[in-house]
Amino acid sequence: MTAPPDVSGTAAEADPEASLKGVGKKAIQGRSLGQIAWLRLKRDKVAIGGAIVIVLLILVAIAALLLDRVFDVVHPNEFHQDLIDTENGTLAPLGTFGGISGDHPLGIEPVNGRDILARIFAGSWISLLIASLATVLSVVIGTTMGIIAGYFGGWVDTLISRLMDVFLAFPLLVFAMALVGVLPDTAFGLSPEMVRISLLIFIIGFFNWPYIGRIVRGQTLSLREREFVDAARSLGARGPYILFRELLPNLVAPILVYATLLIPTNILFESALSFLGVGINAPTATWGGMLSDASRFYTMPHFMLWPGLAIFVTVLAFNLFGDGLRDALDPRAR
Amino acid sequence: MNSKRLVTAVAAGAAVVMGLSACGGGTSSSGGSTGGNGGTNTPAFNAAMTTIFNPSDKKGGTVRVANAGTWDSLDPGETYYGYSWNFARTYARTLVMFKPAPGDGSSELVPDLAESLGEASDGGKTWTYKIRKGVKFEDGSVVTSKDVKYAVLRSTDKETFPNGPAYFEGYLNLPEGYKGPYKSKGVDTNSAIETPDDQTIVFHLKQPFGGFDYFAMMPQTAPVPEAKDTGAKYKEHVIATGPYKFDKNEIDKGFTLVRNDQWDAATDPNRKALPDGYQVTMNVNADDIDNRVISGDLDLDITGTGVQPASLSRVLGDPALKAGADNPSSARLWYTSISPTVAPFDNKACREAVQYAVDRTGYQTAYGGTFSGGDIATNLLPPQIPGASKFDLYPAGADNKGDVEKAKAKLQECGQPNGFETNIAYRAERPKEKAAAEALQQSLGRVGIKLTLKAFPQGDYFSQFAGNPPYVVANKLGLALNGWQADWSDGFGFLSQIVDSRVIRETGGSSNVSVRVPDVDKMLDEAIGETDKSKRESDWGAIDKRVMEEAVILPGVHAKALLVRPKKLTNVFVSAAYGQYDYLSFGVA
Repeated sequence: MTAPPDVSGTAAEADPEASLKGVGKKAIQGRSLGQIAWLRLKRDKVAIGGAIVIVLLILVAIAALLLDRVFDVVHPNEFHQDLIDTENGTLAPLGTFGGISGDHPLGIEPVNGRDILARIFAGSWISLLIASLATVLSVVIGTTMGIIAGYFGGWVDTLISRLMDVFLAFPLLVFAMALVGVLPDTAFGLSPEMVRISLLIFIIGFFNWPYIGRIVRGQTLSLREREFVDAARSLGARGPYILFRELLPNLVAPILVYATLLIPTNILFESALSFLGVGINAPTATWGGMLSDASRFYTMPHFMLWPGLAIFVTVLAFNLFGDGLRDALDPRAR
Repeated sequence: MNSKRLVTAVAAGAAVVMGLSACGGGTSSSGGSTGGNGGTNTPAFNAAMTTIFNPSDKKGGTVRVANAGTWDSLDPGETYYGYSWNFARTYARTLVMFKPAPGDGSSELVPDLAESLGEASDGGKTWTYKIRKGVKFEDGSVVTSKDVKYAVLRSTDKETFPNGPAYFEGYLNLPEGYKGPYKSKGVDTNSAIETPDDQTIVFHLKQPFGGFDYFAMMPQTAPVPEAKDTGAKYKEHVIATGPYKFDKNEIDKGFTLVRNDQWDAATDPNRKALPDGYQVTMNVNADDIDNRVISGDLDLDITGTGVQPASLSRVLGDPALKAGADNPSSARLWYTSISPTVAPFDNKACREAVQYAVDRTGYQTAYGGTFSGGDIATNLLPPQIPGASKFDLYPAGADNKGDVEKAKAKLQECGQPNGFETNIAYRAERPKEKAAAEALQQSLGRVGIKLTLKAFPQGDYFSQFAGNPPYVVANKLGLALNGWQADWSDGFGFLSQIVDSRVIRETGGSSNVSVRVPDVDKMLDEAIGETDKSKRESDWGAIDKRVMEEAVILPGVHAKALLVRPKKLTNVFVSAAYGQYDYLSFGVA
């Protein structure tokens, strides 16, 4: 921050320091790590572009959630079979480019004639919700486990590290399919749809924590030997204080970077599960589910194009932003 | 895709236990008028449905065949796919066969290996056939009645041959605990099948059964020489009796059929045997098959279930291609079971509300529309089954989009004026069933009946989920997508497994999910016991009506398939008995 020279005491205090070093006032102002990173990030046009897209997507998703579920304005499941070619029996949308019209800007699905834009719109919040909450879950578990393993070492580290190995070696996709098939549709008073969403968040989040756990553990291993940790310890700080007040703030950068890169992975994973038919129940729209439906109609490419494009743009935006963030926070990793 | 498999009637045993009462002799050929046999050369949509397209007597050439998957088995003793029964006639001769004739004429049974259709005695409990003289195996040895007896007996060994139909072990009067000629060696089986001389074979049944000729039509009666039988490996080299024999057979890859020089046309009034052979490739991409059949690179998609969705729009959208296609129906009904065990469907009015509320065109479109899906069904029996008559107890308006007012009135009557919530089960692997479930959700939603879709794996669909009565109740599966095709066009084969409450097992596994009407059981027993053919056929129609009155089945579509006519073959026609082209009569142009 810049402070006007004539007002506050801090500015007055800075003056002698400046005169001491004999350099201009502006140059010697201390910048926090965050400020430096922000300056670097601001210069990265690609990352900012990604960030803007992400913000837009989040706004769209919130709008979709409200319009679809609260105000019931979007009708993603409504059939328009009058716009389908039942006469010739091809069941393709009537009109050009997959039935694009004023009412249906992205066209309609073959067979049932559901509006593709409405379904993409309605699918956005599910994709983002599952991906982001699953990421939060992974990050919370991964950070906690990683920091404990790295700081305490010894048998705790061995135990947690082996646990990570077990999780990493787990055939996640197969397990997810089995779990989705076995668990009941209604539980805890939630609707079947919400149960399925929670279940997907749990599966995707719970099994991805070792990746972030390993990174955090590695960082903690090097950090705990540093002087400031010794200093804290010699002042009588105990484990929890050192873990969460001394170490954690220094781990924020890698965690943040990894989280932004994990979100697109999770979006793809949710799509893959929906594609395999173990995602959200039909007829709720999800991007992966739309792709799955479209794969039967490869002669009608518009059907696959739009959900594919939605996934592509979202994943790309998160990846670009994540890359930019990593460069900004840790230039050596470039 | 739809199941290619004819329906497994493993419950045939149960059908016996339930006690089929007396059933007279006389053959129950499900006739119908024979179509015109004049033939045509003009390409037109459905040109090969009732007449022979490109009639010719020219011999020679090879028919090129592809299969997107593989046979369940080439062994006549254990195959159960409809296309396989159709094709097996090229290399195996059974006691009787469906007449190779266009249209409804194909539903007629004619003697093949036997000199005539079966002669019934003992009130339909004993059936006698005389084998033609001079029929030989491909190795030159003479076919005797003992070879037929051996073939039938070995097919009852379901541990060695798990895929085949189970009618014989259910109906034949076999000794207690008989496990086939491999495991029960030397057991006297004369109580079931007698061979007084080399030409005569006599079947003894536990219960009278008038339709035994249909059993004699199954590939399981194709003779197998005991000396050449290799058990489960016999499918690698079946000893042919038909005009073609196996030349090279690579399991799951393909095989070729060449002329069988021991086959004598004098002993065979049914087969023309025009081509010199057949070349069959398996595990070919289904879309690739369609494209090659359309271009003429390939003659036949043998599964005969119709083109893939991708080719569907191509064929129907192009008048020239459409003129080279046929659209036969199969004796299959796609329907939805409405379970009276799940509240509020215990109330008949609530079931009727569903019947009125459904948008039938939506259901039809979900299955592929008029051409690849089928015709809207308002009753159970498909039209080609003798005794079937179309009726509609729940008129859905002129546009078939459902009668919402009537449905609401029925909801009022059943005490659920604002509708209710229930679940609908479908098979996860079947996109058409998913689309149908979504369509039902939309159309029933109009009257406030809220459906939640539940997908289940098709492998366990009947054993664990939709066909498991306790599971249905516990999980409130009020509706379940379902489908049924008879093994042959006959009311017995079509109805007995889906409307008889006695085939329902508490442990699951029955295709009958919802029909528990004591009346219907009684009517079934009477129909099977009915000696008069036309009376029996009208009985099937009456059962159909009675089930519909209970509103426990919501009919969807009577299935049809869009087939691309082989470009370079002659004598192309649809056999109504199989709902496919007749694979026996082709010639190569």
